[in-house]
Amino acid sequence: MASKQILSPLPGTFYRKPAPDQPNYKQDGDALAEGDVIGLIEVMKTFNEVKAEFGGTVVKFLIENEDPVMAGQPLVEVDG
Amino acid sequence: MTITSLLIANRGEIAVRIIRAARELGIKTVQVYSDADAEMLAVRLADAAVNIGPPQAAKSYLNVEAIVAAAISSGVDAIHPGYGFLSENAVFADAVDAAGLTFVGPSADTIRLLGDKVSARLVAQKAGVPTVPGSDGRIEDIDAARTLVERIGYPVLVKAAAGGGGRGIRAISNRQEFERLVPQAAAEAQSAFGDGGLYVEKLIGRARHVEVQILGDGQDVIHCFERECSLQRRRQKVWEEAPAATLPEKIRNELCASAVALAKSVGYRGAGTAEYLYDEETQAFYFIEMNTRIQVEHPVTELVTGIDLVREMIRIAGGAPLRFKQHEIKVSGHAIECRINAEDPYKNFMPFPGRVSAMSLPGGPGVRFDTMLYPGYEIPPFYDSLLGKLVVWDEDRPAALDRMGRALGELKIDGVATTVPLHQALVADKAVRAAEVHTKFLEQWLEDEPLGEDQQREVAG
Repeated sequence: MASKQILSPLPGTFYRKPAPDQPNYKQDGDALAEGDVIGLIEVMKTFNEVKAEFGGTVVKFLIENEDPVMAGQPLVEVDG
Repeated sequence: MTITSLLIANRGEIAVRIIRAARELGIKTVQVYSDADAEMLAVRLADAAVNIGPPQAAKSYLNVEAIVAAAISSGVDAIHPGYGFLSENAVFADAVDAAGLTFVGPSADTIRLLGDKVSARLVAQKAGVPTVPGSDGRIEDIDAARTLVERIGYPVLVKAAAGGGGRGIRAISNRQEFERLVPQAAAEAQSAFGDGGLYVEKLIGRARHVEVQILGDGQDVIHCFERECSLQRRRQKVWEEAPAATLPEKIRNELCASAVALAKSVGYRGAGTAEYLYDEETQAFYFIEMNTRIQVEHPVTELVTGIDLVREMIRIAGGAPLRFKQHEIKVSGHAIECRINAEDPYKNFMPFPGRVSAMSLPGGPGVRFDTMLYPGYEIPPFYDSLLGKLVVWDEDRPAALDRMGRALGELKIDGVATTVPLHQALVADKAVRAAEVHTKFLEQWLEDEPLGEDQQREVAG
């Protein structure tokens, strides 16, 4: 199985969960379907969902919750 | 204790604005910055700069400890909070005070009193300032609600006391609707929130947003007349004017006097703004909230009164009494401000961070552009989208509108999408020119799609 990466479509602040008091969208090891939300990116105070462009298994998140992110930066490694 | 050095606990265009005012007063400036803001204009302009942490505002511009530590280590004697971030945070004002420094703004107690909407409403009522009529908290039963509504008049909003998210709200315009809809609202509130409690508020229909600028020194308070900010999108102001074009002279006097009465009742010190809804049909105004800081749109007041509000608030913080008497404050001509944001108005105002490849700024008579941009500047994605404020003054409103159109035509910011095309369309709009606007006007106008795709120009690289 080839390992692929989901890249950040936008620069901003990355959130792994929909709200501070809620669980992460995805954990390492979770199954991932195309279109699943993996996180939010806050750009200039607006929130944008990041969706998986392909399915597989989440190998590892490469970024922490609330970390700054650049456009094109790898967010998560997926076995697909 | 005149201020000799000032730390600016903010960023962007307002940090630049504060540095300029401080420098004119002979005050040394220290600019704080996050890791994402090392190249910002305010850092380049200030006498010194201190890094206060990572890009996320929560870890830098909202970090009370880091900011107070920066102030102590750089040896300043005062902190200016600007707007947003910690500017209306009483805990921050207390921390600045506890560190033996001067906070450029009112006391922490005043911030606490006026920052809470319910307590600000009570302060206003005690000072005789009209608030949106309604029940004092929840209504006891339908009979009590009926009595109240008959007194304040239709239309009213009936809201779930435990509510939120728009549920349990009913707009009611007459007695028949009242009898039919209030039990419904109570039932919906009961099932949605497990609490059928309701409260009642008068519905202010096509309201204008007007606000009064005040300055106080802890003893005396004066007003610098009003601004109108009715053009809003998602409760964000996009265009502001001074004076309010359609306000009758008698109402203007009552409005401004009410703001002074409110501020005097708390011994207000510093610059502040009392915000109101104004119902043009009934000529009634209602206090909604008090902002205990400098506001984004302060330049329109500066242009019509000739008073530098940022300099005055720094002088007052340094212990100086007000330098003006009320009768010396005069309004001359008309000023308009357009907020230039890094947003694409053709794509539902999507934020547009990026690098400014080149820019060309408007000039000539009566034009001011407060901005933090320079060619080559990389606009970070972590903060709000305000790039600058294009402000014009002219002898009257029609002339100011024409001058704004001319200035917008000269403004070129290459590399990012901006809201300049929105403002160009607004300047030319018949209703805007006639000042026939209200707080819901712009959202309706945008729904009617005046910014057609065919007018779209490529974003220049």
